[in-house]
Amino acid sequence: MDIEDDPDYDIFRDDEDDPDAQISRENDSTKEYVVYLVDASSKMFNTTCPSSSPQEEGNKEDEAESHFQIALSSISHSLKAQIINKSYDQVAICFFNTRERKNLQDLNGVYVFNVADRDYLDRPTARLIKEFDNLEESFSKNIGSQHGVMPGTRENPLYNAIWVAQALLRKGSAKTVDKRILLFTNEDDPFGRVTGAIKSDMTRTTLQRAKDTQDLGITIELLPLSCPNEIFDISKFYADLIGLEGDDLVNFMASAGNKLEDMKDQLRKRMFTKRRVNKFKFTLVDGVSIDLNSYALIRPTVPGSITWLDSVTNRPLKSERNFFCADTGALVEESTTRFHPYKSQNIVFSTKELSEIKRVATGHLNLLGFKPLSYLRDYYNLKPSTFLYPSDESTEGSMCTFIALHRSMIQLNRFAVAFSGSSSRPQMVALISQDEVIQSGVQIEPPGMHMIYLPYSDDIRLIEERYSDTSGAVTKASDDQIKKAADLIKRVDLKDFSVFQFSNPALQRHYEVLQALALEEDEIPEIKDETLPDEEGMARPRVVRALEEFKTSVYGENYDEESEHGTGKPTEASKKRKAHTEYAMKECENYDWGELADTGKLKDLTVVELKYYLSGHNLPVSGKKEALVSRILTHMGK
Amino acid sequence: MQLIYNKYDEVGIVLFGTKDTDNELTTEVGGYQHVVVMKNSKVVDGDIVEALQQLPRGTSDGDFLDAVIVAMDMLIKKFGETNKGKKRLCLITNAQCPIKDPYEGSKEEQVTTIAKQMTAHGMRMESIIIRGTLSQDANKEIIDENDRLLNIFSKETSTRLLYVEDPISLFGALKTRNITPVTVFKGDLELGPKLRIKVLVYKKTQEEKFPTLKKYSDKAPQTDKFATHEVKVDYEYKSAEDPDKVVPPDQRIKGYRYGPQIVPISSAEWDAVKFKPEKGVKLLGFTDSSNILRHQYMKDVYVFIAEPGNTKAVLAVSALSRAMKEMNKVAILRCAWRQGQSNVVIGVLTPNVSDRENIPDSFYFNILPFAEDVREFQFPSLSSFPALCQPNKQQLESAANFIKMLDLAPDGKKEVLLPDFTPNPVLARFYHYLDLKSKHPDASVPPLDYTLRKITEPETNLILQKESVVDSFRRSFELQGNPLKKPRRLLRDKTSDEAGKENITAPPANLIEYKSVKVENIGDLTPVQDFEAMISRRDSPDWVLKAIKDMKNKIFGMVEDSHEGDNYPKALECLIALRKGCILEQEPKQFNDFLKHLYNFCQEKNLQSFCEYLASKGLTLIPKTEAIDSDVTDEEARSFLVKSESKSD
Repeated sequence: MDIEDDPDYDIFRDDEDDPDAQISRENDSTKEYVVYLVDASSKMFNTTCPSSSPQEEGNKEDEAESHFQIALSSISHSLKAQIINKSYDQVAICFFNTRERKNLQDLNGVYVFNVADRDYLDRPTARLIKEFDNLEESFSKNIGSQHGVMPGTRENPLYNAIWVAQALLRKGSAKTVDKRILLFTNEDDPFGRVTGAIKSDMTRTTLQRAKDTQDLGITIELLPLSCPNEIFDISKFYADLIGLEGDDLVNFMASAGNKLEDMKDQLRKRMFTKRRVNKFKFTLVDGVSIDLNSYALIRPTVPGSITWLDSVTNRPLKSERNFFCADTGALVEESTTRFHPYKSQNIVFSTKELSEIKRVATGHLNLLGFKPLSYLRDYYNLKPSTFLYPSDESTEGSMCTFIALHRSMIQLNRFAVAFSGSSSRPQMVALISQDEVIQSGVQIEPPGMHMIYLPYSDDIRLIEERYSDTSGAVTKASDDQIKKAADLIKRVDLKDFSVFQFSNPALQRHYEVLQALALEEDEIPEIKDETLPDEEGMARPRVVRALEEFKTSVYGENYDEESEHGTGKPTEASKKRKAHTEYAMKECENYDWGELADTGKLKDLTVVELKYYLSGHNLPVSGKKEALVSRILTHMGK
Repeated sequence: MQLIYNKYDEVGIVLFGTKDTDNELTTEVGGYQHVVVMKNSKVVDGDIVEALQQLPRGTSDGDFLDAVIVAMDMLIKKFGETNKGKKRLCLITNAQCPIKDPYEGSKEEQVTTIAKQMTAHGMRMESIIIRGTLSQDANKEIIDENDRLLNIFSKETSTRLLYVEDPISLFGALKTRNITPVTVFKGDLELGPKLRIKVLVYKKTQEEKFPTLKKYSDKAPQTDKFATHEVKVDYEYKSAEDPDKVVPPDQRIKGYRYGPQIVPISSAEWDAVKFKPEKGVKLLGFTDSSNILRHQYMKDVYVFIAEPGNTKAVLAVSALSRAMKEMNKVAILRCAWRQGQSNVVIGVLTPNVSDRENIPDSFYFNILPFAEDVREFQFPSLSSFPALCQPNKQQLESAANFIKMLDLAPDGKKEVLLPDFTPNPVLARFYHYLDLKSKHPDASVPPLDYTLRKITEPETNLILQKESVVDSFRRSFELQGNPLKKPRRLLRDKTSDEAGKENITAPPANLIEYKSVKVENIGDLTPVQDFEAMISRRDSPDWVLKAIKDMKNKIFGMVEDSHEGDNYPKALECLIALRKGCILEQEPKQFNDFLKHLYNFCQEKNLQSFCEYLASKGLTLIPKTEAIDSDVTDEEARSFLVKSESKSD
């Protein structure tokens, strides 16, 4: 069986031939090695962050979470995303300011968390995720927390931690792998408690250590956790460590949120690395163009591809594709010619000619003009949009052009129509300027342009016209009915609806099952389907009343009757079917089926006659004559 | 084009406004002048295509009504009562010529009668009216009258009436492929447990794909007329250990990847545990339309229409969509279209209020992403870029003028490049080429049709008309300034370690770019870069040693040639690079031995000043803590130059 023919897999594969998705998947294969470096000092446990949503269930007892918990949950979230999306990435989780020590160099105060069958820096496994989720309970017993740098000590856990992380990241070349250290801490001044020469010495050596690490092509990223009353002051120490200057410094901390959710959001977003899909030139007119990078911000996440295994050994199988000539049965090479039947002959094309046909535009993206935003109808959509942002390598002039265009388009409420000459499907696109949206310090929408793929007339179907009423005007709702509908809409309002608030229940289930099987657990935990309607909310008296009023205003008093009968009128097809069955029943009575069967004369009847019996008894009528006969016999119990 | 989609469709062509008259009705009952049945309806073939390409140019005024009647007659005679709903007339006209007064009654009555007849015979008629520049000198009265008459057709026969202004739109408006829509879902839109509206859901857009061409095999003998020339593909699964062993299908089991593990699950097991939602379309709630952004639409679009004939459902949909439009609200739905489907979708329902009285109101439905589908990348604010990147007032103004000038939907004029009327140029070109190849198998790909080129390239007329605006725009933004980032410079910044304060967060991407240059020896100009490039060459392991050796020689040379220490900073730079390289490549001994050697060399040659210089810059040996292979302790490393310095004092 061909993989593509597999029906139960099919539903996930809608976008299999989406070239952009392909590209982004390929690009995602650039690997990333990450070391999560988590401060485990007592300050991380003692500082808490009040939850801003006390109404959320389950949070009632402990409305505050410690910084340590926040860091753990962010990492856990990221690990889970990683095992689904980018399972070739490697991670290590490393705590510092710990009581116990466990690391390659056997340095004090640093503990590398790991599970069986796995290197310190390795791909995340089901076990790692599972045990990491349970880590918090056993943390104080197995790893233990410690104060940061205290007076009278020469131990420098931060220095040790960076060193350990660097050693972990030694494998792989910096040229093919993106190496990152993500540092979670809430201590803005790690050497604040020591003074004099010791302090300056520690500062100097730690900075030098960080610098050396960065020189090896490893980026160090700081994920500061701050509290409402005590803002993390990056200038005290960390600005030097991660190398921020001037404006960067201001921007970096401008985003210090107070709320727990915001902080989690912020952490989650900063843990991502941007991955470019493509870069190209956007030609506005002759002589003016902008260098753009494109990013896939929204793409359907699908369960990973399947691998066929030998059911005896559970070892992966290699698939081999062979081409045969249908006429001679000879094995052939994959040919570069294709054909299409036309006027009862086969027209042969070479793949070169085919790609030539698709080359209808010069350049990647040509501007055609602008239209008001209201002209972008809701049905002008075919696939997920692509985000465009000026490229790093662009010139000042090109950046300036982009900003000017971006701003003017927003001001004038226009979108741009352009032609995208991609090799897979050249098509018209709409470019919408998106202004930056920041909510409580978190970037919700990045500034840039969204490229929306427009349909051609070939892709649009005229459904509404098909169902227009031939008898003249159709009834439209009266003002009163519209008012009742409006009342209903007001009652069932989702105030802070955000597009990303639901997880995909099918995908969640898929990975729950896989995780349970991977860990050889017997029970598969039930997932909560977040996409179901809020039944409690819908049962609120005011909502129910609004629903009732709307119902009465449109359907009158006898809605229930109507819904029972459905629409009352069976469709033509079903009428026909019914008539056919009745006819078959009648015909069927003309035969003595029992005797025919006993005397073995069933096979002497025609297929049409056999079908009388089958349709008359609601049995399938498909198959060859023998199949029909045996079906009748089975049904009669003979 | 009909040819390719469905070879059993039958097509006839009736021309009107021709010089000659040739149709059955004229022969039978007389009248119907200037109407020619060019092709009686039959299964499409190449003849029709060829005939169309040699269309005679009409000279007389055409009466479209006559033509419609002739065409109707043709269809009725041929098909009679069969094929209900599959008969289609497509009228293409400029509707500028007057139609004759009927023998009895008004023109309106006549049209209505004809239209009623059409409906009775289950025919549909599409009218495409071309309104080009030609229209200016046409008789306004006649046009208005004709418009009115055509409108009656449209209303009575529930079909489209389209006005197009240019050839592209004509192309796009001609719906050659009439897909019978298939319901995606038929059932209840559940607003609540007690209120359900009967709806049908169809696809509104779906990508019309480039046809899948079959692979061609030339193995069959030339003489074999019945050869299919097809290539069959066969998949075989072989065990990894024994490549000769083919594993039969019943011995295979699917494995799903989870991190590094592959988890085997049989289909039956999977069916038992997988997510199985109940079929149904449920309302989650309404929300402000501003909460959904246009770019969040994920896929092709669906349309929800009330069940035809169910007046109450039509009313309910109408009331909701009108209220939603007024209040700027959208509805969020959760949909499982079929029973047994193993996923659900969340999407946004937007109102589609009809402005035509015979078309009911409906909704459009777009699928929204799940949390897993969104990658929350962060991008710097556009305002955070340096002043040189920020447009000035004059530039903003010229950008605004430019946008206004390139208006594709100017007031009072027809919108151009409307997706609904814009054909797919690739498909059009393919069919053109296909036809061309059927006659001349060696034909090369034809250039894109001039009409279609307006889809892929900006309209030159528009730009020429307002040359000044474009020029001012061009002048304001013509490539100016320098690249924002220079990878080369950054790299040097990184390595020149004067104050230890430079921007070190440069992404490693810059390093990657450097890789492409294949450096074979270390030059005088950029020794550090050359060294780094060479030591990171991976085409042979020898490069590392060669790089280190060359670098050592270079440093020696610099120190030796130094005049009053003028080469010291450069030599230090090289030493630092060498030190880093040795750590990176696990060759600490190479560096340590070299530094010791260099030290001795300086002592001999009376170049102690260089050692002092190095000590003052904090250069040390590579200790064990930095490279595990080193046999030098931290203390030793730090004190090496310092100690020797004090010794030499």
